[in-house]
Amino acid sequence: MAAQPPKYKPNPKAPRQALPLLNAEVRSRTPEEVALGFTPEQVSVEAQRCLQCAKPTCVDACPLHIDIKRFIARLADNDWQGAHDVISEQSPFPGVCGRVCQHELFCEDSCIVAKKWDPVAIGSLERFAADHARLRMKELAGSYPQPTGKKVALVGSGPASLIAAYDLVRLNYQVTVFEALHKLGGVLAYGIPNFRLPREILHEEIARLQNMGVEFVVDFIVGKTATLEELFEEGYEAIFIGTGAGLPYMMGIPGENLVGVYTANEFLTRINLMEAFKFPDSPTPVRVGKHSVIVGGGNSAMDAARWAKRFGSETTILYRRGRAELKARLEEVEHAEEEGVHFEFLSAPVALYGDENGYVREMECIRMELGEPDDSGRRSPVPVKGSEYRIPVDTVVAAIGQAPNPTLQKVTPQLITKRGKIVIDDHGQTSMPLVYAGGDVVRGGSTVILAMKDGRAAAKAMHEALSVEKPEEVEA
Amino acid sequence: MTNRILAKRELAPQITLLEVEAPRIQKRWKAGQFIIIRPLAGSERIPLTIVDSSAERQSITMVIQAIGKTTKEAVAMEPGQALCDLVGPLGEPATINTGQEVVCMAGGVGVAELLPVAKAFHEAGSRVTALCGARSDSYRILDEELMGVADVLQWATDDGTYGFAGNVVQLLLSIAGPGTFTEGHVIGPIPMMKAAAEATRGWGLKLHASVNPVMIDGTGMCGGCRVTVGEEVKFACVDGPEFDAHLVDFDELTRRNRAYREMEQEALKHDCHIGLG
Repeated sequence: MAAQPPKYKPNPKAPRQALPLLNAEVRSRTPEEVALGFTPEQVSVEAQRCLQCAKPTCVDACPLHIDIKRFIARLADNDWQGAHDVISEQSPFPGVCGRVCQHELFCEDSCIVAKKWDPVAIGSLERFAADHARLRMKELAGSYPQPTGKKVALVGSGPASLIAAYDLVRLNYQVTVFEALHKLGGVLAYGIPNFRLPREILHEEIARLQNMGVEFVVDFIVGKTATLEELFEEGYEAIFIGTGAGLPYMMGIPGENLVGVYTANEFLTRINLMEAFKFPDSPTPVRVGKHSVIVGGGNSAMDAARWAKRFGSETTILYRRGRAELKARLEEVEHAEEEGVHFEFLSAPVALYGDENGYVREMECIRMELGEPDDSGRRSPVPVKGSEYRIPVDTVVAAIGQAPNPTLQKVTPQLITKRGKIVIDDHGQTSMPLVYAGGDVVRGGSTVILAMKDGRAAAKAMHEALSVEKPEEVEA
Repeated sequence: MTNRILAKRELAPQITLLEVEAPRIQKRWKAGQFIIIRPLAGSERIPLTIVDSSAERQSITMVIQAIGKTTKEAVAMEPGQALCDLVGPLGEPATINTGQEVVCMAGGVGVAELLPVAKAFHEAGSRVTALCGARSDSYRILDEELMGVADVLQWATDDGTYGFAGNVVQLLLSIAGPGTFTEGHVIGPIPMMKAAAEATRGWGLKLHASVNPVMIDGTGMCGGCRVTVGEEVKFACVDGPEFDAHLVDFDELTRRNRAYREMEQEALKHDCHIGLG
C-alpha cells in the first residue's frame, strides 16, 4: 500500500499529554479507576504528535501488530469510531490493553518521536478510542453470522484464550472457552484490580466475543471436569491451553501460615474476584490490618499494596533489591508512591511472629546489598550479616511470583513440561497433536500482552493445522 | 439442566441433603473428592464433599450444615431451582486399599462425607468398621446408608441418647487398640480429627484425615487452604483434601479456620438487618 501523507502537519514538539488521574488522596480511598483518560482536546494534540512514519516501527513492535499509525491518523482526524475500527482489525480489547498493556516496552519504546522528544502516548490514545466506542458496541450485538465451522476448545478465559477466540471465530470456527472460575477473564478478573481495569470494560469486551458467537463455559476445569481426551471425543478438533500461572510461590520462612499472611493470588482474588472491598455486602472477607507489608517488586506487589492502602492500612512494599530493579511498570510504582505506599528497598523477610491466636504480629527482616548480576542480568541481593530488624505487621502479602497451574498437566502425562511450564514448538503446539498452549502456562509469570501474542500465534497454527485436507481414507 | 436441585431432604436439625443434577461430575468423581458451589450469584464459594451420586439421574448428592451465610442460602433453595455455580470434582480421591481392616470415623456432618469412603473401602474388599458421632440421637444421619456399606456400625452420642455415651474417639478407645486396624479414615470437626490422630499414634495404623480449610478457587491458585503436613506445606484443594492424620498440624488448621469468624458473624448480623429492613 502506498504511504499516504498525513492529513495534518505533525507536531511532535508539543508536550506529551499527561493522562489525567484521580486525585491521589481521593483515589487511595476508593476502588474507582485511577486514570481518567484523555480529553478530546488532549487526543487531538497527542495524535498530531505522531509523525505518521513511512515505516511505522510501532506496528512491528506491537505484539498484536495493531495498525497504530492508521488509528492515530483517524484520531487526529477526529474520527474516533474509525480509530476503534482500525484497532478492531487486530484486537477486540482496546479497553483492556489501553489500560494494562506495557506500551512503554513495545510500541512507545519503538516510537521514532522518542529519539528527540517523549514518545507518542499510544496507550492512552488506544484507551480513548476504546472508551469512545463503548457505547456503540451494543449495536454490534448479533450482527455477526453464527460460526458453523469446526469445533475448537480454548482452556482458560484469560488474555491468551480471548485473543485466540477472536481470531478463530472470525475464521468461522465454533469456539468454546472453558473457565474454571465462575467469572470470565482469568488474570484480568482475579489479578488486576478494579482501579486499574474497571470490570464493565472487561465484561463489555468479552461480550463482544459472545456476540460474535464464542461460547463461554464457566465452572469447568479441564483436567477435572473433563479430560483433553474427552474433549476430543466430544468433537473438538483442536485445543488451546491458556491456563495461566496460577500456582503461587511461597516465601518459605517460619510463620508463613499465620493468620493474616496471604499469597498475592489469594489477596487479589479475594478482593478483585470476590469483591471483598464491598464486604459485608459481598460475602467473602479479607483481613487488612493497620500495618500491611507486601513482599515483592512486581506488578502484583503494586496491585496488592495499592489495595491495602485503599483499605486504610499503612502499607509498605518490602523489596530485596533497589528501586531501579523493580519489575513493576514505572507507572504503577509512581501511582503507588503517590497514593502513599511506603517502599522499603534492599530488605527481605526472614521470619514472621504471631500472637497466641496465631495472628501475624511482627516481621523480622534483614538488610540486603547488591552483589554480582544473576541469571536475570540484575544484581543479586546478598544479606548483610547481623542487620536483622523487626517491624510490626498484621497483614503480609507474598507477591513473589508464581508457577504454571499444574491441574491439567497432572492428569495429562503426555504433555511434556519443563519446570512446570508446558513445552511448545515454534508453532505453539505441545507434545500432543492438535493441542496448543501459550501465555503464562508456557512462559511462567509474564504479561497480558505476551499472552495475547501467544494466543494469536496458536490460533494461526490451529487454523493451519485444521485447514490441511485430510487424505481420504483408503477402504481396506 | 445442570446444577438443578432434584431433591432435598432434611437429615437432622440444620443438616440438609441436596441432590443436584451434574452429569459430568457424576461420571468422574471418586470417593474423597469435593465440589465448590455458589448457591446464588452473590454467594461465597464454599467447598462440599461429594457424598453420593446416581448415574440414572445424572446427579450428585451433597450434605450441608447450615451454619454460615452461604450454607443457609444453599439449604433455603428448593427442588427445581438451580445452584448458580457448581464446579468439580476437585481434589484427589481418598486412599482406598483392598484387604485392610479399616476404621472409618466421623462426627457431625462428617458422617455424610464418610459414606462414600466407607463404601469405596467396602467395595475394594476391605472390612469396614464405621464409628460415627452425633450430638444426640436426633442428630444421627444416614444410618441406613452406612449400614449398607459397613461391616460394623457403631454410634456415639454426646448425651448418650443412642449407642455409646461419649465421643467417637472415646468409642474407638473402648473397642480397639494397637493392631486392631490397619488403615483408617477420619473426617469431621478438627478437635475430633486431632484427638483421633493423637489416640492412634503408635498403633501401626495408617490414618487418613480429610481436612476442610478455608478455600476460594479450589484449583491451587490462591494457597488459602494451605496445611502443614509434617515438614511440608500442602494445598488441601489440589494435594488433598486427604492427608496423613498423624502429620497434620491441626492446631494451625484450627487457627487458620478461625481467621474470618468475627467478620462472618458481622456479615450474618448485617444480613439480618437487611432482612428486618
